[in-house]
Amino acid sequence: MQRIHIKDGRVIDPKNKIDRIGSVYIENGKIVSVIFKPVGYVPDIVIEAQNQIICPGFIDLSTRLREPGQSRKATFASETAAAAKAGVTTMCLQPDTSPVIDTPAIAELVKEMAAKSGYQQILPIGALTQKLGGAELSTMLALKQAGCVAVSNANQPVKNLLVLRRAMEYAASHDLLLICRPNDFWLSSNGCVHEGRLSTRYGLPSVPEAAETIALDQSLELAELTGCRIHFGQISARRSVIKLQQAKKYGLAVSSDVAIHQFHLTEDDITPFDSAYHVQPPFRSQRDREALREGLANGIIDCICSDHQPHDVDAKLGAFPETEPGVSALETLLPLMLKLAEESRMTINQGIASLTEHPARVLGLERGALTPGCPADICIFNPHKEWKVNASGWRSQGINTPFWETVFKGQVTYTVQSGKIIYSQDRAF
Amino acid sequence: MTGNSQLNSEGKLKHFLTIEGLGKELLVEILDLAESFVGMTDQRIKKIPLLRGKSIVNLFFENSTRTRTTFELAAKRLSADVLSMSIATSSTSKGESLLDTIRNLEAMYVDMFVVRHGISGAAHFIAQHVSPHISVINAGDGQHAHPTQAMLDMFTIRQCKHDFAPLRVAVVGDILHSRVARSNIQALNTLGVAEVRVIAPKTLLPVQVETMGVTVLHNLTDGLKDIDVIIMLRLQKERMTSALLPSESEYFKCFGLTEERLKIAKPDAIVMHPGPINRGVEIDSKVADGPQSLILKQVSNGIAIRMAIMAMAMQKQGSV
Repeated sequence: MQRIHIKDGRVIDPKNKIDRIGSVYIENGKIVSVIFKPVGYVPDIVIEAQNQIICPGFIDLSTRLREPGQSRKATFASETAAAAKAGVTTMCLQPDTSPVIDTPAIAELVKEMAAKSGYQQILPIGALTQKLGGAELSTMLALKQAGCVAVSNANQPVKNLLVLRRAMEYAASHDLLLICRPNDFWLSSNGCVHEGRLSTRYGLPSVPEAAETIALDQSLELAELTGCRIHFGQISARRSVIKLQQAKKYGLAVSSDVAIHQFHLTEDDITPFDSAYHVQPPFRSQRDREALREGLANGIIDCICSDHQPHDVDAKLGAFPETEPGVSALETLLPLMLKLAEESRMTINQGIASLTEHPARVLGLERGALTPGCPADICIFNPHKEWKVNASGWRSQGINTPFWETVFKGQVTYTVQSGKIIYSQDRAF
Repeated sequence: MTGNSQLNSEGKLKHFLTIEGLGKELLVEILDLAESFVGMTDQRIKKIPLLRGKSIVNLFFENSTRTRTTFELAAKRLSADVLSMSIATSSTSKGESLLDTIRNLEAMYVDMFVVRHGISGAAHFIAQHVSPHISVINAGDGQHAHPTQAMLDMFTIRQCKHDFAPLRVAVVGDILHSRVARSNIQALNTLGVAEVRVIAPKTLLPVQVETMGVTVLHNLTDGLKDIDVIIMLRLQKERMTSALLPSESEYFKCFGLTEERLKIAKPDAIVMHPGPINRGVEIDSKVADGPQSLILKQVSNGIAIRMAIMAMAMQKQGSV
């Protein structure tokens, strides 16, 4: 394997509390040293990183790459290329593929298909219940042994609280992490926007914030009862942040993430009936957004995820409530994080931590840091470089983003995964 | 898409999708033009050649009698060729997408679509995707808007009350599911009435409805005090099965408009209803058929208003 010397950038490694100008040294796919040059180190490749930031590669807790089953929307090939360009070196894959990731065979299939794309780190999340039907437990232990990093029922409801309790007890028995997007099925039913001014004005079916907070409360109660480790994905409401703060204070093993676009857009930003803004959970009020921003800066929210959901054009072509929710979000992840650092109390270092150190901690991965001996997953980016979101250079098969034609600051120049350069701005890999 | 994309670069009406974003002057212009058509419809020869040679397609994805018929009559009186389609039983049930249906009809050289659809935003979606020369008139989309109904209601109010400024208007009933209520509230506020009240149980009111510029009341007896105009809304039977209300009779007891309750409003108050009415559910027959009721007048006025809106939307092409 190659020796790669990444030279003279600003090295930010939140886990090891490093923030200084220097170099990172890679050998045999691993970090060998940071700042200090190892004795006798002769690099095969030197990457000049002056005026750039060198940080651990990003770990994305929620993605949908649409394979297997929906390759008309996206493929492993297209989406791993998008991830590489976005500096994302590990992606967790939600289990609502077709077929659902509810048996070891499907988990293996996913890993095989992923390996063919040349991208190492696609980590399947196993289904909590068979076929995500919410009634019968999946073979969680077998799923774990087949490489699933956690279990989740994705966006599907669990039949009742007894099933959820049993599922959590069983997951806890095998030390499996439960990832859950809190959402009460009945309260949110057919909703497509936040219940508030916008839904009232446009007569759109709505999702009240109570749909999230009630489900969150129930899961927290059961987490305490069962001792199950739980991670809440795609939090959107202010009152959820308050509840998470209380739970953490109380000492529960709980963590959470927020989709990057939720830190930026609110119901007031929605161009009426523009399906690019159709997301789940919906864009909420400004007050909610401020609470999410504060929660991240205060460490109540642990992680940022992209919640990447590429769609084909037809899926977004229709009257708003009839379109499919979701944003193709990988490629705008970094610039939106930098924008967030500019606009909120969160620092760039915290932003990087919430994309690296924290998700690694949630998943129990030996990644997300520049610790010598760890796999060399690295993102190098120019925080000042401006670029426009448009067809030129866009890699995801899904162009469903409310940020189309937006000019952003911050662009990845190199992505290294396990010591292999998987993206360079100058060359195609 | 904002309300203003209904207007062309000269500020003329191109589509008519929602009241939101339209100025007072434009609404008054519609009312004035409709006024000039009213006298005409009483004459023996009811046609004028304003839209001769134009093709208008009424696309009704939802059932309707009044709206579809008055649109059809309005188009015919303007001498347009008009075709009415009930799509609920047509192509879309064969799995054809909304857009494909539109594209197919467009290929038949249509100049205007009048659209009713059960999903909020459907008319906006169609307006965004039709060729630039085609106008789209929203004849009701989901729970969002029913702007021609609102305009005919404004027209009826103006006929009786002449001036909007001093009026206190009560909208009573299922505001939550009502596109008529949303468009009426916007029109009344744009035309500058003194007050718009909404009166309903909490289950039939959308959240933060006060942000639309209304006073909220949950009691009809208190709500009708000093009221000049009462707009009753239809109560759908489904509301009982989806746990929004316990029973029709209890609803009538609390929110039904009776002769006795009508006395609480101003003595010259007028009663309106977009139809079809549920006698004995939201309104007592004696009120519906009584001297203060303008329910049938509304239907007649629907023709003149729809003629005015169609004529104005076609004018944008400079071909009228």
